[in-house]
Amino acid sequence: MGMRDGSGPAIIRALARKAKRERNMSRESASVRSMANSTHPGSVTLARDADGARLSLSGDWTLPHYVDLHRKAVDLAPSLGKDVRVDIHGLGAMDTSGAFVIAELLGSKRTQALAQDASLPPARRALLKTVGDAIDTYCKGIKRPRDAGFVVMLERIGRAMGSFWRQTAKLLGFIGITLQGFATTAWRPSRWRVTPLVSHIEQTGLDAVPILTLLSFMVGAVVAFLGSTVLASYGATVFTVDLIGFAFLREFGVLLTAILLAGRTASAFTAQIGSMKAREEIDAIRTLGLSPIELLVLPRVLALLIALPLLTFLATVAGIVGGGVVCIVSLKMSPSMFLSMFQADMSIGQFLVGVAKAPVFAFMIAVIGCMEGFKVSGSAQSVGEHTTSSVVQSIFVVILLDAVAALFYMEMGW
Amino acid sequence: MNASPATVTPIAGDVIQVRGLVNRFGTQTVHENLDLDVRRGEIIGIVGGSGTGKSVLLRTIVGLVRPAAGEVRVFGEDLLSLPNDRRSLVERRFGVLFQSGALFSSLTVAENVALPLVEHEHLPRADAQRLAGVKLALSGLPVDAGRKYPSQLSGGMIKRAALARALALDPEILFLDEPTAGLDPISAAAFDSLIVTLRNALGLTVFLVTHDLDTLYSTCDRVAVLSQRRVLAVGPIDEVARTDDAWVQAYFNGPRGRAATFAAQKGKD
Repeated sequence: MGMRDGSGPAIIRALARKAKRERNMSRESASVRSMANSTHPGSVTLARDADGARLSLSGDWTLPHYVDLHRKAVDLAPSLGKDVRVDIHGLGAMDTSGAFVIAELLGSKRTQALAQDASLPPARRALLKTVGDAIDTYCKGIKRPRDAGFVVMLERIGRAMGSFWRQTAKLLGFIGITLQGFATTAWRPSRWRVTPLVSHIEQTGLDAVPILTLLSFMVGAVVAFLGSTVLASYGATVFTVDLIGFAFLREFGVLLTAILLAGRTASAFTAQIGSMKAREEIDAIRTLGLSPIELLVLPRVLALLIALPLLTFLATVAGIVGGGVVCIVSLKMSPSMFLSMFQADMSIGQFLVGVAKAPVFAFMIAVIGCMEGFKVSGSAQSVGEHTTSSVVQSIFVVILLDAVAALFYMEMGW
Repeated sequence: MNASPATVTPIAGDVIQVRGLVNRFGTQTVHENLDLDVRRGEIIGIVGGSGTGKSVLLRTIVGLVRPAAGEVRVFGEDLLSLPNDRRSLVERRFGVLFQSGALFSSLTVAENVALPLVEHEHLPRADAQRLAGVKLALSGLPVDAGRKYPSQLSGGMIKRAALARALALDPEILFLDEPTAGLDPISAAAFDSLIVTLRNALGLTVFLVTHDLDTLYSTCDRVAVLSQRRVLAVGPIDEVARTDDAWVQAYFNGPRGRAATFAAQKGKD
């Protein structure tokens, strides 16, 4: 380190510059592929004379020739004896990939010996030494990748089952934590987060009104068309009214709303909480002695618990109106007839049976959305993955619970 | 290997020339008539207070920011006026280490390094992976790090992996944006000596944006101070430290500056 004004570094610099110039020249021409043959591709020859074997390298040992050189080196390496002499004085340009091939060809011992060879330019020796050292560490711990096959498939199935099990356990755990959060804050109005609650009701409820009513209206119209087509062959088109009524009061109103909110709100919750997690904001909340569940999860769950039943009512009305419009326009039914039939055949119980599912769906959607957000780790990609996962899971859970509820209602005769 | 900064001034020409550079964001002017030359084979350190546009200068030189006025030439070429294929050829001749690594999070570390080799040199994937392993080892990473994803690495390892990617195509210029920020002193010192080693072995030109005084003293041939929207002083660190300017004096002769000077002196003796 003490040679600041010595002559040693000056020589190194000069030689380095020379090597550099050569390298640049070869690189500039090599960079244009059509001119690649104007450089001198590296070559290696093994000659045997009276003194024994002599390995001489020449040409440019650079990245553009890497594939070729590496093949030659692999072919030649096993035939090298212990006492082979190596001559690289005829070498043109050399970069790290060239040095790597040389080191692979010669093995680490001979490379280190070559790096000590005083007759070589210092820059070249430094490069050989650096790459040689790197190879030493690189080649130490290389493991062959395992073969793919039946065992790997079994392993993946096992892993998938394991992760499904852990996932379920985590979800149940998170539900427990959320319920506990509700239980501890419910009796202390001072800890209710009213402002975020209202804001989330607006985002998840009010903002979803236009898309939801439009969607529901159109599905109602489609169901009415379908029903009238099928029922026409029995001369029973008037029962289209019942079909629409039953479908929307019991199932479609709540199911459409839940699926729409699973796509719209669960993903938003995951992305919001996930990006906070990625930027360590959740950790900051914890270290400030606050509860992320209380701050982030409870307002969201509560907001959805309030918004989803209200939206369900709206979707049910919109669907029935959509079906009614089709009945009136295409089945030539008068509006008063539609309404009187509807009133005669439907009871409030049908609506209650449907809307009773709404809070359950709301709770599950919100909890899954929040939980996936907490599972985000570090990267932006992770946010995306968990957002997808939260939508898929919440839609799955909604449909599963709906099926279970349908069975239950059937058995109960409701 | 001699790891001290070289004292001989390389005269093999300027690889980067910046003339009359003006950068504006809205009403805020970051650079005004900024001139800077970077010589082939040197390690130049760019220092300046927060918000003096160090990173913006780096981004302008590599062509990520279009300047409001002025001229930036890398290898004598104006990147922004080149057609895409020519520009790509020039871009392959420099490597950039971004402040937070900017490793692609969906690829493993080895795949990150292999990407430019596969895309530009059309190497078979197996060869590219093998070379990537060497570059990772060159950057001082253990072998098993190659199979990990960036999110599984510590800050220091991310810097090293990003350095390996920057070195993938054997560039002639290496741009480093705060390479030692956020590293512990031992890792930072190891990173400094790694940069000097690589420069000496590969003949790199290094453009180093940093806040780290120890890095400046232990690696840089020259230092450029950005202040008042231009390069206030440029030269060997001892000369720059004598510049008569309040910021420069506070920077180099403040408590941390003196400590770094002292450490550098001690290292030389």
